[in-house]
Amino acid sequence: MTTAGPRVAPIATPDTAPFWEATSRGELALPRCRSCLTYIFYPRSHCPSCFSRELDWTVLSGMASLHSFVIAHLPAPGFDPPYVIAIVELAEGPRMMTNIVGVEPSPESLELDMALQVVFELQGDVMVPRFRPVDEGK
Amino acid sequence: MSPMAIVGAAESERIGKVPELSALQLHIDAALRAIEDSGIPPELIDGIATAGHPPIDVAHYLGIRPNYVDGTRVGGCSFLAHVRHACAAIQAGHCTAVLVTHGQSGRSRIGMTYPDPGAESMHGQFEAPFGTTGPVSMLPLNVLRYMKDVGLTHEQLAGVVVAQRQWAQRNPRAFKRELLTVDDVLNSPYITYPLHAPECCLVTDAGGAVIVMEAGAATALGVRKPLVHIRGSGEASETPMITTMEDLTSSQAFRTSGQLAFQSAGITPEDVDHLMIYDAFAHLPILGLEDLGFVGGGEAGAFIAEGRTAPGGQLPMNTNGGGLAYTHTGMYGMFAILESVRQIRNEAAAQVEDVRVSVAHGIGGMFNHAATLVLSSEAA
Repeated sequence: MTTAGPRVAPIATPDTAPFWEATSRGELALPRCRSCLTYIFYPRSHCPSCFSRELDWTVLSGMASLHSFVIAHLPAPGFDPPYVIAIVELAEGPRMMTNIVGVEPSPESLELDMALQVVFELQGDVMVPRFRPVDEGK
Repeated sequence: MSPMAIVGAAESERIGKVPELSALQLHIDAALRAIEDSGIPPELIDGIATAGHPPIDVAHYLGIRPNYVDGTRVGGCSFLAHVRHACAAIQAGHCTAVLVTHGQSGRSRIGMTYPDPGAESMHGQFEAPFGTTGPVSMLPLNVLRYMKDVGLTHEQLAGVVVAQRQWAQRNPRAFKRELLTVDDVLNSPYITYPLHAPECCLVTDAGGAVIVMEAGAATALGVRKPLVHIRGSGEASETPMITTMEDLTSSQAFRTSGQLAFQSAGITPEDVDHLMIYDAFAHLPILGLEDLGFVGGGEAGAFIAEGRTAPGGQLPMNTNGGGLAYTHTGMYGMFAILESVRQIRNEAAAQVEDVRVSVAHGIGGMFNHAATLVLSSEAA
């Protein structure tokens, strides 16, 4: 049961455009403060920790851990319930919202703090970052 | 500082399913009933505060010309913040009587005009692409982390519903009045794992309104009902997105708002006879009890499961049945204030004995904001 319409796609703004340009290249990137080295999520044009405007866009590892999640049982445009909405903690520190893919959307298959890696999926004309469990064999 | 009071308070005549009224009409029905409840002449009202609808729309429809306008919109706790702001405005001499209104046609969707933040907003870029469908898919995102780090069982979480249904059963206006057991809750379908349907708020139509005045001025005017003194207040913001909360197991906004409210009232949690904690979902009263200092970290689940907040318990909480069982329009905060007012006035459906001090605590958005009021039958 999917509700009508496609998944909604993000529209970049000047401060976030490098994030979405990076995802289109298959990379996860965030601005990092040159002064205090804080990674900034969501992307902003200054550092909210020390108020510096000197930032460097930095490519991240794409590795994360499952910080918390829900399993949505109500439909959303373009999503078939049940599906997993999660907060992941990136290896570099910040937390972001995402979906967990490549695993059964069941409590038994998902364990808090499990290791995840980023994958990118086309949504509209934007590549959106999602996460899947790390392949044990690799 | 001259003491401030709530001098008039009312809900719309009907709540629950009210398809014959638009959201704006629900504001107005409640406002007219609050004015009648107060007994003050409507022309005395020179301040308006509301969230959702623009305050000028509400003022003009009602027929007043305010010179104090507060359109602070910080989610469901906006109305608690409005009361706090109104006290400051009256204290500063900006106005005499502030009408705070709420109306939402959450269930019937009549005249609901709220804008979507859009795909360019930070929500649109970093939350909506992941299939979020409003609070129901985002606000429970911290539950599993809380369960693992702090310690809470699914049975204890269900206990929040069990306790509040006991209050709702005593309230003829409550939307869901049947008693539930822990097993009933756990055997209900999931809406958003780990939350079952009875652990998620209702979606209803309703309006509510309160009038704030300086206590001495209200007494001189001869208001109809006993004053509900505003002894203290607090509010605080943390983040627009739940993902960027500092700690998913404890709300910074809850803690700061609560501390400010208790400090300004000169009370501690031990002084509180009655408590309202905005319960859009069953885990909010758990974080609220801990973050406001009523119990220690990790103790709230057992505290509620043991019946301490249920009828006959030491800390009666959410005595109207709460957003889980009484009513929940979308921005529930007004109804938390109104139940505190009724308990202090001794006119609640499930009346608690000797309520001198009542605390109403509201959440805004996804732990974005919080606001807290300390209300009392006594001025000091």
